[in-house]
Amino acid sequence: MRVLFLSLALLLSWIKPVQAQTSRVQEVVLDNGLKVLLLEDHKSAAVTFQVWYRVGSRNELDGKSGLSHFLEHMMFKGTDKVGPEEYARIIAKNGGNSNAFTTTDYTTYFATMSRDKIGIEIELEADRMVNARLDGDTFEAEKMVVMEERRLRTDDNPGTALGEMVSAVAFMIHPYRRPVIGWMPDILNLTREDLRRHYKTYYIPNNAYVVVVGDFATEEILAKIKQEFGKIPRGAEPPKVTLEELPQKGERRAALKKEAELPMLTMYYHVPNIKSADAYALDVLSVVLASGRSSRLYRDLVYQKQLVTSVDADYDGLSVDPSVFLINAQVMPDKDPAEIEREINALVTQVQAETVSDRELEKAKNQVEASFVFGQDSIFGHAMRIGQYESVVKWQLIDSYLSGIRSVTAADVQRVAKKYLDPDQRTVGRLIPVKESGQ
Amino acid sequence: MRKLIAMSIQLLAALSMSPHAEARLAVRRSVLGNGLVVLTSEQKALPMVTLNLLIEAGSRFEPAERAGLANLTSRLLTYGTKNRTAPQISDELDFIGATLSTGCSEETAAVSLTLLKKDLDIGLQLLAEVLTLSAFPPEEIERQKQAIIASIRAKEEQPGEIAELKFKEALFPKSPYGRPVEGTEESVRRIERAGLLEFYQNYYRPNHAILAVVGDVSPEEVNKKLAQVFRTWEKGAAVAPVAPPPAGQPTLILVNKDLTQANIIAGHEGIPRTHPDYYAIQVMNYILGGGGFSSRMMESIRNQRGLAYSIYSAFEPEKYAGSFQVTMQTKNESAGEAIRVAVDEIRKMREQGATEPEIQEAKDYLIGNFPIRFDTNRKVASLLAQIEFFGLGLDYPDRYPDIIRKVTRDDVLRVAKRYLQPEKLIMVVVADQAKAAVKTSLDTGKGL
Repeated sequence: MRVLFLSLALLLSWIKPVQAQTSRVQEVVLDNGLKVLLLEDHKSAAVTFQVWYRVGSRNELDGKSGLSHFLEHMMFKGTDKVGPEEYARIIAKNGGNSNAFTTTDYTTYFATMSRDKIGIEIELEADRMVNARLDGDTFEAEKMVVMEERRLRTDDNPGTALGEMVSAVAFMIHPYRRPVIGWMPDILNLTREDLRRHYKTYYIPNNAYVVVVGDFATEEILAKIKQEFGKIPRGAEPPKVTLEELPQKGERRAALKKEAELPMLTMYYHVPNIKSADAYALDVLSVVLASGRSSRLYRDLVYQKQLVTSVDADYDGLSVDPSVFLINAQVMPDKDPAEIEREINALVTQVQAETVSDRELEKAKNQVEASFVFGQDSIFGHAMRIGQYESVVKWQLIDSYLSGIRSVTAADVQRVAKKYLDPDQRTVGRLIPVKESGQ
Repeated sequence: MRKLIAMSIQLLAALSMSPHAEARLAVRRSVLGNGLVVLTSEQKALPMVTLNLLIEAGSRFEPAERAGLANLTSRLLTYGTKNRTAPQISDELDFIGATLSTGCSEETAAVSLTLLKKDLDIGLQLLAEVLTLSAFPPEEIERQKQAIIASIRAKEEQPGEIAELKFKEALFPKSPYGRPVEGTEESVRRIERAGLLEFYQNYYRPNHAILAVVGDVSPEEVNKKLAQVFRTWEKGAAVAPVAPPPAGQPTLILVNKDLTQANIIAGHEGIPRTHPDYYAIQVMNYILGGGGFSSRMMESIRNQRGLAYSIYSAFEPEKYAGSFQVTMQTKNESAGEAIRVAVDEIRKMREQGATEPEIQEAKDYLIGNFPIRFDTNRKVASLLAQIEFFGLGLDYPDRYPDIIRKVTRDDVLRVAKRYLQPEKLIMVVVADQAKAAVKTSLDTGKGL
């Protein structure tokens, strides 16, 4: 990400569902293959315009990790018409906010502006889709900035550092084993030529799509988008990622010793993505386990036994390739992480052994539905949702999401818990705090 | 660039302009018989309602030896009332998918509730209960004390948090504004149930509170329902304003940790929110370090030198106090250099002010971005509560552009000279000190 604006909580909230209103999305595909998704929403005075490139760390090779993210930074270094770092300045002086971020699966650029100014963003995004300069004097300084970003986010952050290590153990073949920001030695070795090749290969209209949500008139904005992006030539189809993780046979365990105050425990279970019919039940399962203070893990571990300060269960179904269902806990002072692991195991075993009650199931579905409506409060969040769906499947699948959730039965929840929360299919990571060596 | 902007102006002409902020927000203000100020903005786009309560029950009202009392009180609101146990409350909220959260700062506590329109009655009932009938059960007090102590401990591994706490403490010594809102492990352990009940009785009163309601409900309906659920909530004694706390002496505070980066805060006293120079300072600070990629600090520290990923300056105003601070992280070895460059920028702004184009850019952003900053119900609810708390007036969103437009180049120079004080900087560096060698670096460089 370019700058730290978006909290992790917000990022995670995007994983949660969307609403039926999305069926009002207009889809148009330009001749060069650029797909445009438009949703008019006049409740606020803003428009969010987002360009999504289907490239992320998933498309990187060993030794070149962090390339997609570094390219995202360099996309702000100007074109023939726009000077280095001038993009953000132009957006700002026109009252807008802009940013960009990279994930395992996609790289997204966006600005949120008033309807009378959004044309400026459309022009600038079209310009840098083909004319980014990428090199010049800014290369070395920006590499240092990315290294500072890694130190801030990962090297000095015990939680992120633990997650990075556990991913590297849970995935042996698939590129999800590499961090989006890249390993530090890889970042150091990235070259201008790497950037140029990555840009030429992936930043083409037929490997991108545009999502626009907010206060605009569809015909007008579409004409503007066609005018700016329509002239960009189609590129050669980028290489497909065909790597597949083989089934895991037996639990993997890994520990990280690092200066920290409280131990952490994390469990990654391999699961299918949203293309699977089991995705809805996995979503409901994550809510039953750890969404809200009345959820099973929260009530037992945080509230009743006071063994952990916090606990999460997240199902990441919106990933291009099969990803993980994870359970995270931060251990209370003076509690034994082994006891917490036993306790989580017992609660997981319980959800496998007995079906959830009707009320518990209904509660989980209500939580999903409400958060789905709340998610539309922000046009940015709404656009993110559409874009995330489009990155994995067709955006239209959003419309069947709620009915999919509603059709989940107690037996489904039990079945997916048994099938996927299998100890042989998981990687357990532990953060072991060590105290500083002293002055 | 000229060509690009010309095209956008064509587009602008083709599109109709948005209505005024005030018309869009349609804010209504009323005061219930018990003194509760209610602000409403009916927004029908989604079947949801957000309620945001701001109440003068922050940590400035607690005794120093019971630091953390206000925060613990706010946390315990939702852990048991005279009618419901904590698990019952959680279960009812989760069953309707509502989110109810509480928070506490130096001046105010906040309670925020977001729910579906169809569940409004259930939600209001719960909200009224936590505000008027909270029970503070002994076992819940014990639980929340443990949770807060764990949270205090957890912050010790977050270098940014350590730096913030050290900075606050040095900036406002011996003042509630200098204490951590959560308290310390020792002070939290000292808090007793009687103290919590007394604090709740004294400060959780309708005439100390502002409730903003934004969403799919009419002002008439809201007021009727609120008058009903809050009918037993009685007025308390008025809350007295306080004098701004005296600022601490300039100092350099070094905290040693096994880190790859130095986490740096440099700053001093600022101004309260109601100060007449607030807006000129906003313009000046945008140019200095508040304006993201448009700021001088971002340009010199990040873009030109690659020293930091995140670097910004901010004037943080509260009602009765304010601070100015520069916050950044850089690899241990470049801590001294980054501090020098930041301080040079402060000096330069103070000596020369800003250019007309810089000032125009800052004003264009602040004015143009204002309506976009309030693009969700939750953000509108928070804005309305702030407008009332700081006494800005309901027409504030419509007056804002003019207030900013009136800031002149002379104003910017004047506030830079007056409110940027490089000789008074309190500096906190949380780092691997052997590598950072801040003192050596600052002594051998241009110094402070």
